Amino acid sequence: MNWQAFWLTVRLAAIVSTLLIAIGIPIAYWLTYSRWRWKFLVEAAVALPIVLPPTVLGFYVLVALGSRSPIGRWWESLTGHTLAFTFEGLVIGSLLYSLPFAVQPFAASFGAVDSKLLRASASLGHSPVQTFRRIVLPLSKAGLVTGFALSFAHTLGEFGVVLMVGGNIPGVTRTISIDIYDQVQTANYSSANQTALLLLIVSFLVLSIVYGLNRRPWAVGPWR
Amino acid sequence: MGGGSVAVRGKTKPVPAPQTAPPASTHPISADLEVRLRKRFPNPEGTFNLNVHFRALAGFTILFGASGAGKTTLLDCIAGLSDPDEGRIAIGGEELYDSQKKRNLPAWKRRIGYVQQDPALFPHLTAEENVAYGLRRLSATEQTSRSREILARFRIDRLRDRRPPQISGGERQRVALARALVTEPRALLLDEPLAALDRPTKSSLVADLRKWNQDHRIPILFVTHHGEEVFALGDEVIVLDTGRIVAQGRPHEVMRAPRLETVAQLSGFENIFDATVLALHEDRGTMTCRLGTGRVEKDAVELETPLVRAEVGSRLRVGVRAGDLLLATKHPRGLSARNILPGTIRQLEQRDVIIAAMVDCSGTEFEVHLTLAARDALQLGPDKSVWVVVKTHSCHLMGM
Repeated sequence: MNWQAFWLTVRLAAIVSTLLIAIGIPIAYWLTYSRWRWKFLVEAAVALPIVLPPTVLGFYVLVALGSRSPIGRWWESLTGHTLAFTFEGLVIGSLLYSLPFAVQPFAASFGAVDSKLLRASASLGHSPVQTFRRIVLPLSKAGLVTGFALSFAHTLGEFGVVLMVGGNIPGVTRTISIDIYDQVQTANYSSANQTALLLLIVSFLVLSIVYGLNRRPWAVGPWR
Repeated sequence: MGGGSVAVRGKTKPVPAPQTAPPASTHPISADLEVRLRKRFPNPEGTFNLNVHFRALAGFTILFGASGAGKTTLLDCIAGLSDPDEGRIAIGGEELYDSQKKRNLPAWKRRIGYVQQDPALFPHLTAEENVAYGLRRLSATEQTSRSREILARFRIDRLRDRRPPQISGGERQRVALARALVTEPRALLLDEPLAALDRPTKSSLVADLRKWNQDHRIPILFVTHHGEEVFALGDEVIVLDTGRIVAQGRPHEVMRAPRLETVAQLSGFENIFDATVLALHEDRGTMTCRLGTGRVEKDAVELETPLVRAEVGSRLRVGVRAGDLLLATKHPRGLSARNILPGTIRQLEQRDVIIAAMVDCSGTEFEVHLTLAARDALQLGPDKSVWVVVKTHSCHLMGM
């Protein structure tokens, strides 16, 4: 049982799902209330990681983070090392990979807030942003919890993106699913079994919490 | 419009809306709500044209019309929740919207209270927090004291700490009203706020609203399609039909003696007859009208109706609600009603819990609404001879 890989994965998932609350809320807000005619293109882009093979996503992230891309060069000039094959790079890849799992439940719950309440709030002198903060966010608690938990669970189990972006560096980028793969490669089935079981239990617990809190079935997309 | 002039648009020669502009008011201009707007939008029957021009003074102005007349869209435009195509909306001289000056104040800056049929209370806040919601600019203590004051005024202070799901329908509407009024809006828009309430709840809420309005003289636009609410509330009534103002004036002028058939139909008259004035009885406040299309028919039905400004020989229409008519199987005696007409039942038809009886009285057919029990008690059936009893004041007169 590789506890180092386990805690690294939990740390990664916690950081990613927390950041996704900050990143996902504005995106979901925009997706819910924007009347821009090309909005569906953004919706499709946000949902891409659901259907895209993780290796494809990982490949592009790797290229974008590498020293040949502007982002990669900028990061290198800032820190002296490249983003690829680091924990930070892993965080960025995972943010993209789990984005829809946060944004979609957020946007679904924002959209489910009765528009009559928004109208009432406006006629009571609250701007759209104030209304969002005092009415929409508090009424979207279930969606926020769902988005947080799903992106956490989804990041826990990622494999392809991690392998592409992070490689397999113990203590830095070796996550639990890569560890399982390694163990199977070296025919270490009993250790793989332990780790896999742990991942299964943790994922189940996280989802149980989500469903328990929401008390209603929730499925990943289609969401409006 | 205290003079009570009734603006009427003839059915055959439509007058463009701007010409029906209300006369300048004698009230201080600061309180008035001026609305002139056009809005076109698609609806199931094609394109809907909302085109209105009116001024609402402090006090209740009833917007009356069938569903689909454009009432809610009009209120949405005034509240800033929907944009007109063109026009001008101003309150106390301040422009909220002016298409020429490209001015369009967002809803949250307009300071106009808006309460709809659905009270739309914030479900995660208590009644008191709901009421305090619109007072965000005030200090916490000020918020509390004002909220509690208005909760007490609307007799719902005991609900203070309850959340909307634990509050009954009528009380929720009270909270919604208190929430809108506590902000001291410059005008109040009420879109059928009483529609879902039972009668006693309704009338006590109306009384509270009236009392509040005596202290806060602001224009209140009250949308309804119930004729009775017009009488209970209105200082002024504006009748809206498919996006246009077809009548405007004091309730008894517009409603009691409807001048237009659209108004009559809106008010729910099942019986509408052409009639000729036969005699005026000014001493009694009544007149006699003969029903029929004008030819002098020998047995034509004559009705005693309320007196209106008309001359002998002039032609009118009489509207009678089917629910206002009585049926008797024997000639009734000792009855105050002035019109007792012999007739024969042609047909009985059950509509939900109502029996609609078609009764032929010397060639004029009346629709009479009865209860199931009345039908059984009187053993009514086709070809049965009956008397139709029509109270004088159940006869509503209109121009032709």
